Amino acid sequence: MITFYLNDQPVHTAEPAASALLDFVRYHEHLTGTKTGCREGDCGACAVLVGEPAADGQRIAYQSMTSCLTPLGNVHGKHVVTVEGINPAGGQLTPVQQAIVDEGGAQCGFCTTGFVMALTGHSLAETPVTAQSTRAAIDGNICRCTGYKSLERAAAALTAGLAGRPVANSLPWLTERQFVPAYFHQMPALLGALRTETGAAAAPEAPTTNGHANGHANGAAAPVSTSPNGHAQAQNGHQHSPIHPFTHSLIGGGTDMLVQRLEELRGQPVRLLFDQSERRGIRHEAGAGRVVLGAATTASHLLESALLCGLLPRLPAYLKLVSSTPIRNMGTVAGNFVNASPIGDLTILFLALGADITLLDAAGAQRVLPLAGLYLGYKKLAKAADEQIIEIGFPAPLATDFFNYEKVSKRTHLDIASVNTAAWLRLENGVITAARLSAGGVGPVPLLLVRTGTYLLGRELSTETAAGANEVMQEEISPISDVRGTAQYKRLLARQLLFAHFLRFAPEMALGELI
Amino acid sequence: MNHLDPQRHVRGESQYLDDVPVQQGTLYAAVYESPLAHGVLKGLDLGAARRAPGVVRILTAADVPGRNQIGGIVPDEPLLAEGHVHFQGQPVALVLARTERQAHAALKLIAADIAPLPIITDPREAAALGELIVPPRTHRIGDSGAAFAGCAHVFEGVAETGGQEHLYIETQGAYAFPTELGGVKIISSTQGPTAVQRHAAVVLGVGMHQVEVDVTRLGGGFGGKEDQATPWGCLAALGAFLTKKPVKLVLDRMADMRMTGKRHPYSSDFKIGLSKDLKIIAYEVTYFQNAGAAADLSPAVLERTLFHTTNAYFIPNVTATAHSCRTNLPPNTAFRGFGGPQGMFVIEAAITKAAEELGVLPSEIQRRNLLREGDRFPYRQPAEMCHAEQAWDTAAERFGLDKLRTEITEFNRKNQLFKKGLAVMPICFGISFTKTFMNQTRALVHIYTDGSVGISTGAVEMGQGVNTKIAQVAARTLGISISRIKIETTNTTRVANTSPSAASATADLNGKATELACRALRERLLRQASTEFAVDYEGLTIENEQVLAAGIPAETTWEKLVSSAFLRRVALTENAHYATPGVHFDAGTEQGHPFAYHVYGTALTTATVDCLRGTYTIDAVHIAHDFGQSFSPAIDRGQVEGGAVQGIGWMTLEEISYNEEGKLLSNSLNSYKVPDLYAVPAVLDVHFLDTPGHPKAILRSKAVGEPPLMYGIGAYFALRDAIRAFRPGAALPLVAPMTPERVLGGLYPEALAAHTEETAVAATAAS
Repeated sequence: MITFYLNDQPVHTAEPAASALLDFVRYHEHLTGTKTGCREGDCGACAVLVGEPAADGQRIAYQSMTSCLTPLGNVHGKHVVTVEGINPAGGQLTPVQQAIVDEGGAQCGFCTTGFVMALTGHSLAETPVTAQSTRAAIDGNICRCTGYKSLERAAAALTAGLAGRPVANSLPWLTERQFVPAYFHQMPALLGALRTETGAAAAPEAPTTNGHANGHANGAAAPVSTSPNGHAQAQNGHQHSPIHPFTHSLIGGGTDMLVQRLEELRGQPVRLLFDQSERRGIRHEAGAGRVVLGAATTASHLLESALLCGLLPRLPAYLKLVSSTPIRNMGTVAGNFVNASPIGDLTILFLALGADITLLDAAGAQRVLPLAGLYLGYKKLAKAADEQIIEIGFPAPLATDFFNYEKVSKRTHLDIASVNTAAWLRLENGVITAARLSAGGVGPVPLLLVRTGTYLLGRELSTETAAGANEVMQEEISPISDVRGTAQYKRLLARQLLFAHFLRFAPEMALGELI
Repeated sequence: MNHLDPQRHVRGESQYLDDVPVQQGTLYAAVYESPLAHGVLKGLDLGAARRAPGVVRILTAADVPGRNQIGGIVPDEPLLAEGHVHFQGQPVALVLARTERQAHAALKLIAADIAPLPIITDPREAAALGELIVPPRTHRIGDSGAAFAGCAHVFEGVAETGGQEHLYIETQGAYAFPTELGGVKIISSTQGPTAVQRHAAVVLGVGMHQVEVDVTRLGGGFGGKEDQATPWGCLAALGAFLTKKPVKLVLDRMADMRMTGKRHPYSSDFKIGLSKDLKIIAYEVTYFQNAGAAADLSPAVLERTLFHTTNAYFIPNVTATAHSCRTNLPPNTAFRGFGGPQGMFVIEAAITKAAEELGVLPSEIQRRNLLREGDRFPYRQPAEMCHAEQAWDTAAERFGLDKLRTEITEFNRKNQLFKKGLAVMPICFGISFTKTFMNQTRALVHIYTDGSVGISTGAVEMGQGVNTKIAQVAARTLGISISRIKIETTNTTRVANTSPSAASATADLNGKATELACRALRERLLRQASTEFAVDYEGLTIENEQVLAAGIPAETTWEKLVSSAFLRRVALTENAHYATPGVHFDAGTEQGHPFAYHVYGTALTTATVDCLRGTYTIDAVHIAHDFGQSFSPAIDRGQVEGGAVQGIGWMTLEEISYNEEGKLLSNSLNSYKVPDLYAVPAVLDVHFLDTPGHPKAILRSKAVGEPPLMYGIGAYFALRDAIRAFRPGAALPLVAPMTPERVLGGLYPEALAAHTEETAVAATAAS
């Protein structure tokens, strides 16, 4: 049984944990304000807000998520808000809705509620509102009609309107101005009661003994689903990683699993990892000089981490190139690793950071594996199906170390890389003494370019070194032609991005000689 | 004023096809698609699928009671494949099941026995094999052949543009219900309700009166639902007709992308001749249009390409020949611009090529050759009320063309890694359906006894704001508040034999029909008033719901007038017919006056290229546009902004790719990218040119749907300009879209060539 609040109503459902929240909202609860656009998290028409009690328990922290990729089980014990849940009485409009209407931000209207929810989520956030942050809130929403300019004007008007919002405990201010209805004040108490009643802050399919029982419940629930919808789109030849049928599939944020295997997963027991609170958090083991992340850490958690942003000052710039706000709110770091995409953005980042992963098997045994060691071949992992990543660690880079991440895709944002790469270098007296270089989109797996890294040792940051490193790298990579680019383009791009690393580290470098 | 719908849009209360409450007993349909692009369909194994849980029936061509034919212009397109399959994704069978999930599960159990035939995906290859949809057409004026001899400069080249996925966020779909009279009612997400009705009647073998099509609104169309909403409407209708149960068919995104056609890719040869003072003397162009596997709207798209061969320029000697080439791809179809953009790209490419060879700025040639009043297009219609030069000069002055250019030169001198580029894009777009007979429609206006008004027209609301414009026209004509007016759904039983909402002409046609109907009603009411109050009819008006006699408030108001008219048995309903006057075209001589008027404008586009990574930003687009006398500036501005950005997408990152087997590779939103928030220009200025509008435009407010898309072409040439700032004198191919891959290839051709050899070697080594 999955229990949560949908707008102002408690919901108890036996729908499968791996079914899409979108289908539940639209075709089960018949709340049709949330739209089906692409079913792969790329358009944002299905965006809803998902709220869970903040650490202090006094308030609910809301995030925008694409409901098409949100496993129903991941909202257990939470507050799901659709546009029907924020509409003011008597056909009035919230300030967000009014701004979009005033600026002509809705033409055909099909993507509109996605924008409304994303901006409402931003209004509810406890972070300071800037022009930039308001735009970022809608960076996961695609509109085909307006060209976005009217939506940008609406966002600007909203930013101005939120200027007076209190930094903390802003809910009274927001409800007074009808950003959200008054029932939001009751949500902390209501969710608290709900969670005690169901005894579950944790997801119903926690990887414990009850996972099996729930599995049976799901197996039984699937065929008698009252939802007429929710089929996964045939991926037209796309293959996904083979996972042994006899073990429960592990699901984190669901951002890839529900794109690839929604139908299959609906019909089987799954283990949900997203809400294992013990698998969240980012800590600095100063003694060991290590940084350790819980496996359920999302890309947004990385972005919000003062610790990481301190160690990697340009991290926000890197992560802006990784998917979109709602997907960053959902996708986990471990999920990105295990998905094993040869162009996994976070994987490439962590390979260059020298990350290792801690695996836990069903029997409770743990082992540690270098991240680079996880990849045996295309979508082939050095990991048993019942093993889950529980922790990710990497040596904390020193302030004097060099680190850079590069990504080029057809569209700069919310796109999959043609080639992405990260570089970490340590220099002593102008000589490279340690180096890690990673590259994606240039082989069957996300690559740690070991030979290229070795080549750099003992050399200076010079154009000669860059050119020499490129020659080694070209030997080490084996890109193929696909929809993200031809093989020769990816080779040239890999060279350019390698040079980009060098230029980042030594801006004075003589360009002419390089290119 | 603002669009009326958004009040409901932002609250999520606007109803789209998939939001229609489901009727009990509804069956869900899923389409089995041809897995091969070309072959003989020898058999279908439906056994396992028929036995699958929830499956009620599986329909094939054999089940069609009427004619298995939905071709609009040429009868060459079966609803369900019969004998042969002609493209991957062609509908072969329709599964009807109790749930959508069950219907889709059953698809996996169907096997088709297909004997493969050779696959053509390239239009030039098709043309060489004589695979043409219709005979080639040629527009000719003057004698280009002879004229080239007298030209100081002659240049030739090849220009190519790619396809474009419509990516309406609402996918295609229809919901059909059997009627008690043995017909069907279809709720369809279509721009062309009459097309769905006509073809459904043919397929079912019933009269059109037995098929009712109703459309509330679309979640985007852009041309993609003009003809290609028809298959889904007909399939749902077929299912409902045969099973006597409601049948719902909604395509998922990837199926929609695989099965529906897109903007036509074109490959073209051009030859341009100029005098020594840079006047364009002669232009020859041969277009090869990739039509896909069936005609669909390709012949009409081809025709509009010819009509826009010379864009906004006067060229005395032109020979333009167009081939519509049959390939084994989904039938390509209407897309905002309808062939115009493809034709305009080629002339801009020719001018750019000439300018680069001559070492002058393209704008030197462009400005010198702009249309002037009375200049004749190759199809002989003169440019009347021509604003080409006004648009150019206003944009140049208002947005500081010279200053922009100086700043860019300065920036490029200072920066090695980043280069900026600039392009000027003038447009001239003809308004009207080029098939003259289609320029007609009707409006049915009811005044209810309480003074409220219900209006039905042939217009389909798809975000362009046409319903708002029609309500504004009615409110102005009747002299009442817009709040009294409701625009009804578009329904074939209320307004029959309509043209699709397309060609930018929807507001003009349906607005004019509404204006006529409201005028007739107003006259009837005022004549009634003049009798009732014994005042002179002349000088009677209605303003703000008050009846005025010679400007002085009379005894009566709108509400009183309506109720007294009703009591005196005056008809409060009017059905008006409008047909655009003065348009004609003879396809035999390829001459005539096909357009009611032309829309003009000019865009200045600047872009910055990252010369290390090959990435870029379109920095600013400054537009001076000929709206005429806009009465909905908010809506019209939105059309220009949205159209320009859609055009920029087509020219930059939107890349359709098929492999040699005719399989779509860019088959989802993760592999086909349209502009996102960060991809659009930081600056998008839209200046409303001071133009009088045109009497054939509704309230002199010119059509605005399609023309702005072509401003996007400037983005391509601005990027090209930036690349050439990095590699002066580079001879770059004239191929769009300008993806980051093409940009990097343009910046580093030698390095790319070197890698090409490497990969070739590697490939042979591997094999």
